[in-house]
Amino acid sequence: MYDAKKIVPGILIFVVLFTFPLWSNMGKAAPAPKPELPKTEKVCVMDTAYMKTEHMVLLNQWRDLVVRDANRLWVGPDGKEHFMSLQNSCMKCHSSKVKFCDQCHNYAGVKPYCWQCHIEPKENM
Amino acid sequence: MLEKALKGGQKYWSLLLGLAILSGIGFACFMLQLNQGLRITGMSRDVSWGFYIAQFTFLVGVAASAVMVVLPYYLHHVKEFGRITILGEFLAVSAVTMCLLFIVVDLGQPMRLLNVLLHPTPNSILFWDMVVLNGYLFLNAVIGWTVLSAERKEMPPPKWVKPLIYVSIPWAVSIHTVTAFLYAGLPGRHFWLTAIMAARFLASAFASGPSLLILLSFLIRKRTNFDPGTAAIEKLSKIVTYAMITSVFFLLLEVFTAFYSKIPGHMHGFIYQFAGYEGHAELVPFMWLSVILSVTALILLIPPQFRNNEKLLKIACITVFFGLYLEKGVGLVVTGFIPNVFDKVTPYIPTVPELAITLGVWATGFLIMAILYKVAIGVKEEIRA
Amino acid sequence: MEKDRREFLKIGGISVLGLSALPVFQALAQEKGPRYKPDPKALKGAQWAMIVDMKKCWEQQDKRQCRDCILACHKIHNVPDIPDQKREIKWIWLEEYKHAFPDQAHEYAPEKVKENPFMLLCNHCSNPPCVRVCPTKATFKRKPDGIVMMDFHRCIGCRYCMAGCPYGARSFNWGDPRPYLKPEDINMTYPTRRKGVVEKCTFCYERIDEGLQPACVEACKVKALIFGDITNPNSEVRKILSGHYSLRRKIELGTGPNVYYLI
Ligand code: SF4
Ligand code: SF4
Repeated sequence: MYDAKKIVPGILIFVVLFTFPLWSNMGKAAPAPKPELPKTEKVCVMDTAYMKTEHMVLLNQWRDLVVRDANRLWVGPDGKEHFMSLQNSCMKCHSSKVKFCDQCHNYAGVKPYCWQCHIEPKENM
Repeated sequence: MLEKALKGGQKYWSLLLGLAILSGIGFACFMLQLNQGLRITGMSRDVSWGFYIAQFTFLVGVAASAVMVVLPYYLHHVKEFGRITILGEFLAVSAVTMCLLFIVVDLGQPMRLLNVLLHPTPNSILFWDMVVLNGYLFLNAVIGWTVLSAERKEMPPPKWVKPLIYVSIPWAVSIHTVTAFLYAGLPGRHFWLTAIMAARFLASAFASGPSLLILLSFLIRKRTNFDPGTAAIEKLSKIVTYAMITSVFFLLLEVFTAFYSKIPGHMHGFIYQFAGYEGHAELVPFMWLSVILSVTALILLIPPQFRNNEKLLKIACITVFFGLYLEKGVGLVVTGFIPNVFDKVTPYIPTVPELAITLGVWATGFLIMAILYKVAIGVKEEIRA
Repeated sequence: MEKDRREFLKIGGISVLGLSALPVFQALAQEKGPRYKPDPKALKGAQWAMIVDMKKCWEQQDKRQCRDCILACHKIHNVPDIPDQKREIKWIWLEEYKHAFPDQAHEYAPEKVKENPFMLLCNHCSNPPCVRVCPTKATFKRKPDGIVMMDFHRCIGCRYCMAGCPYGARSFNWGDPRPYLKPEDINMTYPTRRKGVVEKCTFCYERIDEGLQPACVEACKVKALIFGDITNPNSEVRKILSGHYSLRRKIELGTGPNVYYLI
C-alpha cells in the first residue's frame, strides 16, 4: 500500500529543500560584522546597548512622532537635543551606510526598506 | 472529504491543469507587477482604478447572490433548493476569494495590506469592505463544508450552523451594499454619486449570480451523475427574471434623473458610455453590446414559455451574465473617472499583463470552484449510490 | 527581511508585538519629562490656508514665464519629473480656468482669466474626503493645524483617496520615481517616495514645524502666495480675504477647501 518508491525520494527532496538555507551557505562563514562608529560623537540618542538591539523600534517611533504628531526634537541620555530624522541626524554622524548600517544588516540578512525613500549619504570611498 | 477532489476523470484533470496554467501565467505577470509597479497596467493619474477593481465589484455581486438560494431554502422552506444550496455557497466562496485577490493585485504596496488591520479606520468604507468580505468568505466556507459533511454522514447538520446560516443572509446583502458605498459616497464623482447604487448593485447581482448558477447546474447535470433538479432551475430562472427587470429599471431611473435634470456632471458619464465624450468613445461598443444583451435577456426571460425552454434559458442566462458583466465589470468603474475632476478625458485601456493577471485571478477562482464542486458532487453521488 | 513582513509576523502573536514595543516604553519611563518635543520655533495655527493672488502671478508668468513656486516645491521635495502625462506626479501645478473651475467657468469671462493658467495644489480641506476614505490613516488631518498629511510609510496604495479627492490633488507612484530624478538635483535632506504610494502637497509640514514658511511661498518673489492661519482674525490671509472677493474650487461639495484665489 505504501509506495516506498515514491515516498523515499519525496522525503529526500523535502529534506534537501528544507535545509537549503543551511547548506547553501556552507563554507562561506560570514565574518562578524564590524560597524564603524563615528569618531566625532561619543553618545547616541539612546545608550549603545539599546541602540544595538532596538534601533528599529526607535526609528518606527520617531517616524510617528515626527510625521503624525509634529514633534521634532529628541532629548538624548546626555540631555543633548537631536532632530528626529534618519537622513538629517542619524546619517550625519553615521555618515556611511556601507560601513555602518550594512555591516550588521548584511550579516543578519535583513533588508530594511528605509532606503527606498530615504536617501543614503554619498559614500566617499 | 477533500479526497473526493483527487478522484476524477481525465476531463476533470485537464480542466484543473488548464486553470492552473492560466493562474500560473497570471501569477508570473503579478510578479512582474510587484517588481515594476502598477505602471505595467493601463491605469493613470486620472483613471486610478481600472479593470481589477471593476472585476472585484462585479464578483462581489456574484458572491452575494448565494443568498438567493439560501434564503428561500432556509427561511421559506423552498425544498427545491435543498440540492443546490451547497452550489450557491461554494460559488460564493470562490467569488469572494477572487474579490480579495483582485483587491490585493490592485494595491500599490500589497506587502502592507495588514496596515488595514493594524490601524483600523472605521470611517473608511474600504475597511468595512475588508471586514464584510472576509466574514462572508468565512461564513460560506464553514456553512458549506459543515452542511456537506453532515449530509455525507446522512445526519442533520449540527445545531450551531443554523445561526451562522441566518447571519449569512443579511451578510450577503451587506457585502454588496458596502461595496456600493465605496462609490456612492464620493463627492465630485457624479456618475457614482447616486443613492440607488446599492440597490442597483443588489438587483444586478441577483440576476448575474443565479444565471451563472443555472449555467453551472446545466453543466453539472450533463457531466456528472448529479442532477440539481429542474424545479430548482425553474425557480432560479424566475429570480433571474425579476432581478433583471429590476436592474434594468434602476438603470433607467438613473438615465431619467441625469437627462431630465440636465445637470452636466450627471449626464457626462452616460454620454461617454453610449456616445463618446470629447472625441473619446472607448466604451461605446461595449456599452451598446451590454444594452443589446440585456434587452435580449429580457425578451427571453419574461415570457414563461421561452424561459421554461431549456435551450432558450441557457441563452438568456449567458446574455444576462455578460450583459451585466459589461455594465459593471467594464463600464461602471472606469466611467466614474471619465471625465475626470478637471472635466478632461484620459482614456483607459487595460494592458496585456493587466489582462493576464485578471484572467489569472478568474482562473484561480474557477480552480477553487471546480475543486469544491467536485467534492460536493462526489458527496451527492455517494449518497445516491 | 522587509520591514513590512516584520510587521506581518508581529501580528502573528500580540505578545510579540507587546514585547518588542516594551523597551521603548521602559526607556521612556526611566526619564522624567518627555524625551521628545516639538521644535519651539514651529509655526502655530489652527487651520492653515493659502491665498493665491493670480493677478500678481500672471504678471510674472507673462513677464518671464515664472514657475518659481513649482520649481522650488518640486526640487525641495524630490518630486520626479515624469514626462508621461498619465503617470506624472505634481504637488503644485498650472491648470486652465475652465479645468480648474469647471463648475463656474464661462466663455464670457475676461480673456486674461480664460487664457492664463491657475496655480493649483492640495486645498488642505477642512472636511477632506481623502481622509474620510483612507483605510489606514495614511492620509490624515493634523489636529492642531489642519494640514492634510501623507504618511508615506503607511500608505498601502489602494488609491481610494485619489477617487475621493475632487480636486485631482493626488498622484500615485505607478513605478519607482527615482529614475526620474536628476542625481545632481536631489535634495539630500528630504526623502523620495517609493513605488506604490500616493503623494501630494503637505503644505511643507517639515518646514512649518521648524518655523519656516512653505517653500512655494518663500520662492514667490512678488508675494502672490500668502500663507497663514485662517482662524486668526489678525492674520494676513484674513485681512486680505476681508478686503477682496475670492474664489475657491468646487465649494458646493462641502469639502471646505482652504486655498483661496484672487483674480
Ligand atoms: S484637495 Fe484633495 S487631497 Fe487635498 S485635502 Fe482636499 S480632498 Fe484631500
Ligand atoms: S492610497 Fe494610501 S493614502 Fe490613499 S487611501 Fe490608500 S492607503 Fe490611504
